[in-house]
Amino acid sequence: MFLAWRELWFARSRFGLMGAVVGLVAVLVVMLSGLSSGLVNDGVSGLKKLPVTAFAFDDGTAVDSAFSRSTVDRDQLAAWSAQDGVAEAALFGNQLVNAEGANGEAVDLALFGVEPDSFLAPAPDAVADGEGLGDATGIVVSDTVTELGLGVGDTVTIERLGTELTIVGVLDGQHTFGHVDVAYVPLETWQEIHSGALPGTEVRPEAYDEATAVALSVADGAELDTAAGDSDAATMTVPLDESFDGSPGYAAETLTLNLIQLFLYAISALVVGAFFTVWTIQRKHEIAVARAMGASTGYLVRDALGQAAVVLVVSTVVGMAVGVGFGALMTSTPMPFALEAGPLAVAAALLVGLGLLGAAASVGRIAHVDPLTALGGQR
Amino acid sequence: MTGTTQQAPGTTPTTTVGLELDDVTLTLGDGDSTVTALDHVSLTVPPGQLLAVVGPSGAGKSSLLAVAGALGLPTAGVVRVAGVDVSALNAARRADLRRRRIGFVFQSGNLLPALTAVDQLRFALHVAGERVGRDGRDPRTLLGQVGMAHKADRRPHELSGGERQRVGIARALVTAPALLLVDEPTAALDRARSHEVVQLLATETHEYGVATVMVTHDHDVLEHCDRVVEMEDGRLTA
Ligand SMILES: Nc1ncnc2c1ncn2[C@@H]1O[C@H](COP(=O)(O)OP(=O)(O)OP(=O)(O)O)[C@@H](O)[C@H]1O
Ligand SMILES: [Mg+2]
Repeated sequence: MFLAWRELWFARSRFGLMGAVVGLVAVLVVMLSGLSSGLVNDGVSGLKKLPVTAFAFDDGTAVDSAFSRSTVDRDQLAAWSAQDGVAEAALFGNQLVNAEGANGEAVDLALFGVEPDSFLAPAPDAVADGEGLGDATGIVVSDTVTELGLGVGDTVTIERLGTELTIVGVLDGQHTFGHVDVAYVPLETWQEIHSGALPGTEVRPEAYDEATAVALSVADGAELDTAAGDSDAATMTVPLDESFDGSPGYAAETLTLNLIQLFLYAISALVVGAFFTVWTIQRKHEIAVARAMGASTGYLVRDALGQAAVVLVVSTVVGMAVGVGFGALMTSTPMPFALEAGPLAVAAALLVGLGLLGAAASVGRIAHVDPLTALGGQR
Repeated sequence: MTGTTQQAPGTTPTTTVGLELDDVTLTLGDGDSTVTALDHVSLTVPPGQLLAVVGPSGAGKSSLLAVAGALGLPTAGVVRVAGVDVSALNAARRADLRRRRIGFVFQSGNLLPALTAVDQLRFALHVAGERVGRDGRDPRTLLGQVGMAHKADRRPHELSGGERQRVGIARALVTAPALLLVDEPTAALDRARSHEVVQLLATETHEYGVATVMVTHDHDVLEHCDRVVEMEDGRLTA
């Protein structure tokens, strides 16, 4: 690194320019990562917080519309309950509804229909305000509902049906599904709403057997035999994290954002690779002199890669710090934005790692510089 | 390996010799169009001798430096630097020999643009893995000896051609080499500067007991040299 440090200082404006590009890419990556995490939270945080290992949807439903299309019944639940390794199985109802508050304000809700005594019902310690499920028309909602000015004791009316639901509890933290706030509702009430029956009218009796999916939780250390369960219960089982694709818009959003990030990584690696290629070619004569002086290829390659690592680490760290600064401003806006240490660490590692790869592709030229060219007057 | 003695294990008979070429032939080019750049050249340069090599363009002077400096291997014959047979070494070992035993002074200095004068010398020590007080010499003292102490912290673009050549000579000597190879050191200098630089080479050659081979076109400066050989068509003629 003797030569590397001095070259960094000597050509500081050139290295600074390249570092700025990497730094700006790092800022963008932080923003996209924050947006990505934010959208994931908005799309599936309600699902993520369920104590569920997998969902068994009715056989033949497509995953991307499973939560709106699938219907299972109690026979399928019974078949799953009898399977080995299943610790808990319960009916889970899911439906997006439009409702309005007492003052006519629009409230979109994702109704999670669960039996109040099942493992799906919000645990008492997850309820920040009020109480848990119990009352037939009582709902327990995500704390993001409070941003609409609603709280415990307020009533919302489901449009078209006119069903009135009262908020009895507010959960701790964000629970959303498909960008809509989650409201836990007793399964029976969910079944009435899902059947489309107006309050006071007859509900077709089978409706009380139905739900969207069988929610499964696996005993500690046990392995779920999905094939056996699916054939016994005529279902299609999807692990929790794969079921996220059933959240409206989730797959398209994450794909788009991941694609943009992928392009940014590629651009950054290419910029770094191109810079070091030009830089190495410019230094060809100096490299020949150093080799004639006896510097080994390993010595020169270590020097060049060390130099690239310094530029990459410094610009990535500075860029990410700026990005996190911007991000802190974003989190106070209604934009879905969340900065998480994990994805940021991965992004930093990718930027530095891919940049080094780009640099490595160019420093290979060092090995091919002929020390003989240092002799004579070619300069 | 200490000081300026060129001890190599198992080669006692040749330790008093800086450079020894024994019947060296170098053919260049491929297929039908081959050139005999060096034609059965035998040459011995003892420590403390400044040898000048003169000759017309294409005579093989640069080829002689390349082979003597372990930059390339001869087609036939034996090259010994400080008693070490170069032809027995692979590329990595030849690089090792270069950084420990051989100093190069290139035309117009060929200094590294990012480094100050004193760092040029430190870089040579760093490459050689040596530190001041062991085999290497103190960079600032050496710069003082070549009259560059006052410009030790200047970069090459702030130095004149003659000053660069002085720094180049100091850089070649800082690792205490047994063999100093100099390629047309006065090509870019005026008369007065040429004399100064070659005089400096002679002084340092004698002071440090290094075997020096200097290629030159400049017949004016031969008076400072201990010995002059002429080359023509790859052969030594005098
Ligand atoms: N890479 C090469 N391939 C083929 N022939 C070469 C190569 N390098 C040099 N030659 C030939 O070898 C001969 C000796 O070249 P060399 O460079 O040693 O001459 P020189 O005495 O240094 O000339 P100058 O004074 O012009 O520098 C010349 O005929 C030259 O054309
Ligand atoms: Mg030549």
